[in-house]
Amino acid sequence: MFWRRRPTEPDQPAEEGGVSDAAIEAQLEAEFAEAEEARTTAQAGGETPRPTDGEPADGDLVAGVARSRGGFMARLQGLLGRGDPTAATWEEVEETLIAGDVGAALALEVVERARRRRDGAGPTAAVREELTALLVDREPGWAPHRAGPDAPAIILVVGVNGTGKTTTIGKLAFRYRAEGQTVLLAAGDTFRAAAIEQLRAWGERAGAPIVAHGPGADPAAVVYDAVDAAVARRVDVLIVDTAGRLHTKSNLMDELAKMRRVIDRRLPGAAPEVLFVLDATTGQNGLAQAKAFHESTGLTGIILTKLDSTAKGGIVFAIERALGVPVCFVGVGEKVGDLLPFDATAFVGALFG
Amino acid sequence: MFDALSERLRRTLGSLTGRGRISEADVETAMREVRLALLEADVNFKVVKDFTARVRERAIGADVLASLNAGQQVVKIVNEELTALLSGGDRTLHLAGNPAVIALVGLQGSGKTTTAAKLARHIVKIGRRPLLVAADPYRPAAIEQLMTLGASLDLPVFSAPAGTPVPEIGRLGIAYARHEVRDTVILDTAGRLTVDEVLMAEVTELMRAVQPVETLLVVDAMVGQEAVSVAQAFAAAVPLTGLVLTKIDGDARGGAALSISAVTGLPVKFLGTGEKTDALEPFHPDRLAGRILGMGDVLTLIERAQGAFDATQAEKAAAKIQSGSFSLEDMLDQLQQVKKMGPLGQVMEMIPGLGGMARQAQDSVDRGDLGRTEAIIRSMTPGERRDPAILNGSRRRRIASGSGTSIVEVNRLVKQFAEMQKLMKQLRGGRRLPGLFGR
Repeated sequence: MFWRRRPTEPDQPAEEGGVSDAAIEAQLEAEFAEAEEARTTAQAGGETPRPTDGEPADGDLVAGVARSRGGFMARLQGLLGRGDPTAATWEEVEETLIAGDVGAALALEVVERARRRRDGAGPTAAVREELTALLVDREPGWAPHRAGPDAPAIILVVGVNGTGKTTTIGKLAFRYRAEGQTVLLAAGDTFRAAAIEQLRAWGERAGAPIVAHGPGADPAAVVYDAVDAAVARRVDVLIVDTAGRLHTKSNLMDELAKMRRVIDRRLPGAAPEVLFVLDATTGQNGLAQAKAFHESTGLTGIILTKLDSTAKGGIVFAIERALGVPVCFVGVGEKVGDLLPFDATAFVGALFG
Repeated sequence: MFDALSERLRRTLGSLTGRGRISEADVETAMREVRLALLEADVNFKVVKDFTARVRERAIGADVLASLNAGQQVVKIVNEELTALLSGGDRTLHLAGNPAVIALVGLQGSGKTTTAAKLARHIVKIGRRPLLVAADPYRPAAIEQLMTLGASLDLPVFSAPAGTPVPEIGRLGIAYARHEVRDTVILDTAGRLTVDEVLMAEVTELMRAVQPVETLLVVDAMVGQEAVSVAQAFAAAVPLTGLVLTKIDGDARGGAALSISAVTGLPVKFLGTGEKTDALEPFHPDRLAGRILGMGDVLTLIERAQGAFDATQAEKAAAKIQSGSFSLEDMLDQLQQVKKMGPLGQVMEMIPGLGGMARQAQDSVDRGDLGRTEAIIRSMTPGERRDPAILNGSRRRRIASGSGTSIVEVNRLVKQFAEMQKLMKQLRGGRRLPGLFGR
């Protein structure tokens, strides 16, 4: 394995510090234990070093990402581990990047740049460094922006259909509740059948109340009420769900822009976080998606979901380079604890075995 | 990036018309472009490799038809090979058995529940009585979603009490269908990752219990390189009979379908083309081949145009142009017909050579100009629409504020309309109706 082992830190994952609600703590603990157990089982047969119990969250990211890509990584490791790669090997490296949805043009570019390097770093390090260089610099420990100590942080969650927006919101709500913050959810998906019920179910599990209108209501009106309610109830975090929409439908993208404008007008200076939820199995179309959503709502972050699948999420490199918007979380499972902070080194490292 | 392949090849190969044969060097150049185009369309890289090898073999030494240049000839070969690959298998929907069971499987978020409702609607249309069965006990509110969709179609939905094992839900659903005299069961299963062994074993067991005549893998058109391994994993777990490619109404090229068809031999049976329950279309291999290559989808465009344009209305408009009485009111009708064809950008995407312009066009025309023109006309009185000559300054000011536009824009429309009328007068005498947005 290529990633460096992180220094061992205190036993408890960061999420569990400062918990005020005993019930949530118990549930989170159970979830983590379960997830850890699943990991242990899954990796028992492999030779890969796996994070020891209680290793911090970004170690979990590596595990989560690594869980299912043994073949991919072994292949690349074999390729890059050799001494001086011949032309054929570089071609195979390029193919491996393409197979990870990095994109043909970008893969070629990265490999070309890595080949031209003369710093003696070796092919492994060269390709990894070139890939890392495509990613945005980010501060560790992303937290949503708050306009003031009393103002709520507002998170608008957007994306195309079926990427996992509502599930991600459930996980986010759990995360902030576990940190002892109060959370309010807004049911801005008034279109899809039973979307409101789905969010309500998550809200009940996370202990977060929900502001909802009926099916078919104007989502901007939901946002309007939710912002007022968040201020009145002095909640710490307001998370707004939105209907999935294809980025090519301009009327639906306008609707989204309006929701954003309502927040800006209702709470000037709120500077909401607009998080774009991207399915890791998405191919080259992901870039067009991200661009269109960025244009209409001004993205501030990306959440990469379903990274526990066989997909690698390589389109992220093209997106971060084009838009300068960082991935802040990755989803690596269906449990509430399976939302982990993004770590660039770990992500690139895991991609390469 | 979205340059049409034919355009790309034209640029790299230049006009080699008349040379008679395609040289080996030409083919190498062309294959690099073909490879890039297919990879950008998310076709699996292994499939691309096999595919370009096959095309290379056919193209080297091939005679260039008199009417084509070398680039076009290569595109023709590529298109034929793509279409052939996508044409494999049996695309009919089989409905044997009593009840006939159709099962939908796939990854999370691929669109199974929505597709289940669309299929049910399709099944009703061909004269059968479907029952929807909700076999996703995991995702919160998944059952409610199917219930709501079923209610909107006025169709029954079967769901089992919480805690019922999934294979048992299938058995109970079929028993319920027999009891209610329903001849088709559409089974909506939970989304699952192929690496989740427990859930994959569960779907195997479910399929054994219900013995579906059709087991369709629902695939998101936006999926990348992983499409192949996902399809292979599902094919190993359940007896797949075909694919449904969803969210094809976006701008993803849908290379996933090609990858899966090439590797598994499974045919695409339906396309999901929108969020509403009527947005399910039969699959045409040649059209998807064209879309993957960015060559336009002329057939779909023509069909959609035929569906949207009311023939009698068009004739009426033509008659009015003939008689010189074409008014702003008629123009409004025409605009509405254009809008019915779908977003203009999407329409342009289907026209060969316009693919690249489509997005810009969508920005400038679709949401801007067309809508504004419509708003301006709608802010006029019937009298003004019939005779724009009466529009004085005060009327124009009222129209501008009524439509949320500016006097400049109102003036521009009135002027354009006057020019158009002039043009129509010239055209009178049996010639075809000019495109109203083609100026």
